[in-house]
Amino acid sequence: MDFARFRGTDAYLTSPELESAVNCALALERPLLVRGEPGTGKTQLAEALARALGLSLIHWPVKSTTKAQDGLYVYDTVQRLYDSRFGDGDVRDIRRYIKLGPLGEAFAARDRRVVLIDEVDKADLEFPNDLLHELDRMRFRVAETGDEVVARERPVVIITSNAEKELPDAFLRRCVFHYIEFPDRELMARIVRVHHPDLGNQLLDQTLGAFYQLRDVQGLRKRPSTSELIDWIAVLRRAGVESVELDDSLPFLGALLKREQDLLAFAEAMHRGRRPRA
Amino acid sequence: MFVDFLYELRERGVKVGPQEALTLSQALGKGLHETTLDGFYRVARALCVHREEDLDAFDRAFAHHFRGVPDDALKIAEEVLQWLLDPRSRRELTDEEREILEKLDLEEVRKRLRERLAEQNERHDRGNRWVGTGGTSPHGRGGTHPSGIRVGEGETGGRGAMAISARRRFRDLRSDVTLDTRQIEVALRRLRAYVREGAQDELDLPGTIDATARSAGELEIKLRAPRRSNLRVLLLLDVGGSMDPHSEVCERLFSAAKRATHFKELRTLYFHNCVYGRVYENGSLTRGPRIVDLLRECDRSWKLIVVGDALMAPWELTASNSPWSWTEEDRASGIAWLVALTGHFERSIWLNPEPEAAWYGTAEVIRQVFPMFRLTLDGLTAGIQHLLRGGERSR
Repeated sequence: MDFARFRGTDAYLTSPELESAVNCALALERPLLVRGEPGTGKTQLAEALARALGLSLIHWPVKSTTKAQDGLYVYDTVQRLYDSRFGDGDVRDIRRYIKLGPLGEAFAARDRRVVLIDEVDKADLEFPNDLLHELDRMRFRVAETGDEVVARERPVVIITSNAEKELPDAFLRRCVFHYIEFPDRELMARIVRVHHPDLGNQLLDQTLGAFYQLRDVQGLRKRPSTSELIDWIAVLRRAGVESVELDDSLPFLGALLKREQDLLAFAEAMHRGRRPRA
Repeated sequence: MFVDFLYELRERGVKVGPQEALTLSQALGKGLHETTLDGFYRVARALCVHREEDLDAFDRAFAHHFRGVPDDALKIAEEVLQWLLDPRSRRELTDEEREILEKLDLEEVRKRLRERLAEQNERHDRGNRWVGTGGTSPHGRGGTHPSGIRVGEGETGGRGAMAISARRRFRDLRSDVTLDTRQIEVALRRLRAYVREGAQDELDLPGTIDATARSAGELEIKLRAPRRSNLRVLLLLDVGGSMDPHSEVCERLFSAAKRATHFKELRTLYFHNCVYGRVYENGSLTRGPRIVDLLRECDRSWKLIVVGDALMAPWELTASNSPWSWTEEDRASGIAWLVALTGHFERSIWLNPEPEAAWYGTAEVIRQVFPMFRLTLDGLTAGIQHLLRGGERSR
């Protein structure tokens, strides 16, 4: 096999499905689109992949105002005007005012890069479509100078989405898709172990028990996820809590549930749960 | 074998096409499936499924298709290699990619299709099925496909299916009955009008150049206000009763309008059957502003979009003391309220989820008051054009 393979890292555990999807993306040189509940490690995947392949990572966080063009390059007109007035450097050289964006930087780099286009669905509806061509061809032209930026080494592109907006079909078709499922208890125990290697078995068992029960509480708007569990355990350990049990006095509940409605829903569920026992 | 599987996927609503097929064959050619069925499952899933909603359908298709298949992926690999070696198999694939690959004259394809159709009519059983199933699958699948896919055989069948698929696809794009949220969002995009207002924090490049040139090269920066949307939309939705079957498409329209960031303001209000003195803030019709107040709040530049089937008992439209109007001053007939609405706003449209054939009775009357469009992609687009024309004329 003439392409690098991904098998996860010490700090990032994967499933065979995820490995397969990543390897497909690597071998076919296509963007990998990762979806999944918030907190399931979509962003970390790119970091882990970069580390595993020994490549440097370029992070492009997408916001609602981000335009596809920003990822390629920005022509800093104001700076140029300013320089022309106050005479700092050669303003005739337009190239000095072309600033490459994350994607442009990855294309222009000498070695292969991993580009993370984070939360692509935050942007405008047309954003993914506007990137199609550049992602396909891995090249673009700077209109102001006529220069063409061509990727020497096709970067590994990871795209994450929270499914806030539907992505266009044409875009989806070009991506390798992976949906990060919520980890089951066994995998979760391994994940927690990675972050808290010296955690006692008893506490691990109890926290996981409470965590999965909590996720099953009806009516939660935002169910706690992996990152929240890890934070919660960190808080518990810092506070020296030895054991936990799922009831309405669950310590540091705020680390797991972050919405007022969810806290109310939880209290109600606990209340209901107790009545038959009494 | 795996091409059949792709058709199985399509049958279950996972929209795979030539691109997936080519990518999959490429991936298998590279040995990504590690010659195991499990590996094939994972690779195919990563490449054929594009949204998590389809994962379940994929699993079911896989389970069904590969039931009883021993884990001898070696065979798969061989088949794929053969399939790749034979260039003709590629053209049997599907749709537009094949079109590009082959660069076939569409006229010729159409001719072949006609010939094929004639031929098929004679061969009774297959022919009918062939054309008939065109409706369910864009590829004119059904009877022809399993052999059509096989290399060499059924070449004309494949071609015919291509023309049919092209025709079907086209129609889907134009006026599919099921508008998905994204399509609505894209259509709503066109409904916009920009003006420059607010803080001046954007560089006015031509202005700056002009001013700088005027002062003989002395730099003079000009700023201007950014272009902002100046479009206000009033959305009135008919709820309950005869509108229930359409609630899903209405919901989609509503959520798309809600998410559209280019409206300066969007108000959504509800009514039942016809607008009387009052419209409501929620679907249960409990409280809401009176029309009189609403019209005071929304000036005539607002774009009014009414969504309803315009079907009601005739008296609801004409009687002046309808049970829906509570107070004395609200006691005008339904049609009078509608006329008041269209009279107030510069531009307004009525979107009707029912097909045009069903626009009779009260709908016919309302149609004379409101420009009525169907709640499909075509209708929505035409309606939006109508709304915009008003905006341009007023400026």
